[in-house]
Amino acid sequence: MTAGRILPTLAKRGDPLASPEQQLEVLHGVRLPRTFGAALASASLFPLRPTALEVLQLNLGKRCNQTCRHCHVDAGPDRVEIMPHEVVERCLAVVEGTDIPTVDITGGAPELHPAFREIVRRARAAGKHVMDRCNLTVLLLPNYADLVGFLAEHRVEVVCSLPHYRRRQTDTQRGEGVFEESIEALRRLNAAGYGDPDSGLILDLVMNPVGAFLPGNQAALERDWKAQLARSHGIRFNRLFTITNMPLARYLEWLQESGNLAAYLERLVQAFNPAAAAAVMCRTTLSVGWDGRLHDCDFNQMLELGTAEGAPQTIFDFDLPALQRRAIRVGPHCFGCTAGAGSSCGGATA
Amino acid sequence: MADYYRSEDLARFGEIGEEAGPLWEKFAAWYGAVFEEGALSEREKALIALAVAHAVQCPYCIDAYSQECLKKGADPEQMTEAVHVAAAIRGGASLAHGVQMRNTVHGLGM
Repeated sequence: MTAGRILPTLAKRGDPLASPEQQLEVLHGVRLPRTFGAALASASLFPLRPTALEVLQLNLGKRCNQTCRHCHVDAGPDRVEIMPHEVVERCLAVVEGTDIPTVDITGGAPELHPAFREIVRRARAAGKHVMDRCNLTVLLLPNYADLVGFLAEHRVEVVCSLPHYRRRQTDTQRGEGVFEESIEALRRLNAAGYGDPDSGLILDLVMNPVGAFLPGNQAALERDWKAQLARSHGIRFNRLFTITNMPLARYLEWLQESGNLAAYLERLVQAFNPAAAAAVMCRTTLSVGWDGRLHDCDFNQMLELGTAEGAPQTIFDFDLPALQRRAIRVGPHCFGCTAGAGSSCGGATA
Repeated sequence: MADYYRSEDLARFGEIGEEAGPLWEKFAAWYGAVFEEGALSEREKALIALAVAHAVQCPYCIDAYSQECLKKGADPEQMTEAVHVAAAIRGGASLAHGVQMRNTVHGLGM
């Protein structure tokens, strides 16, 4: 059933699941056949170590103009946490002072951050590849009408959420009316050259399953998405990323309420794929929270699991060699990235 | 009837191979190949499977292919239309046999 457009977040409702400790307690409360550490050990990957740092992912905060039902951030209009100026400046100093090739900007809706454009400009001036994780509808907000042109001018790769090429599934997950607005935003991106193979402006779509199941074959779904969006709406895009829903925050709430929690976690465990484990994104990504704390990934960030003891803890004590020596912190939620063909911010990994 | 169909038995499908391994292996290989993308997409094949599952009224198949359709990117509208196709063919088949009834009636009648 389609939800209303905007719902209060877990934090606003004072729901116990707004607490990362409570989320971890729920996850650890489900009896699973083995721990993630044991699964890694079976693939000779424990403890999990970084490889080369390729992506600095900046989470600019929890503000968003949507309240998607599967959001692992518990983002929404009622959230006030955004990255302060001094953290932005320190992140940019790291971007400008290192060889990390990609800056991945996420949130919430990162475009709502007052420094979003400054971050993009300076990261691009430093020669970085910049990715914007965009919810699409933000591009239609009155004060952001020039955002598409800005993104194109700075040749930002735009990674957009669209769980389905049809209205009902999209609105069920993301809110009433989101599908129509998303299609309009995609049209504007296409008009600016995004998705045109000759323009070099990259437009990716992200699909998360609308329910308690794993995504299907990414290549097959991409062919289907391309054909259906072209046929029904004349829209083109470059790549489709399939991302497994992570059992955190509002998706965790839904799993509990719908009675799917144990079966979903068991499905993730049973689908553990050693090849996906070897290619997990936390080995090549460092995640910076809105408060400047460092995390192995955006999911650990939402659980407030910082980098391992002894490793740099904030962007203010960023030390690449020390970070590269750390062990990556894992938990039951990590099965979400290693199930089936794997899952990452760049889609399937195996 | 509940004793004849238990959802946990779906996961035991492979046990059928215990008494006739080579036949099961051939079936499994063929079955896998059938559902690979070809002239039809994986999603289209899953929708056909869902429709046939309803036509043959196999609860295991309905369970499995409801999940498979979602995984392959089908949405509930598409799945419901597929079930209607199955229903239309089943209903149409009954009606089409009405011609046989009419032939009999005309043969016997005045």
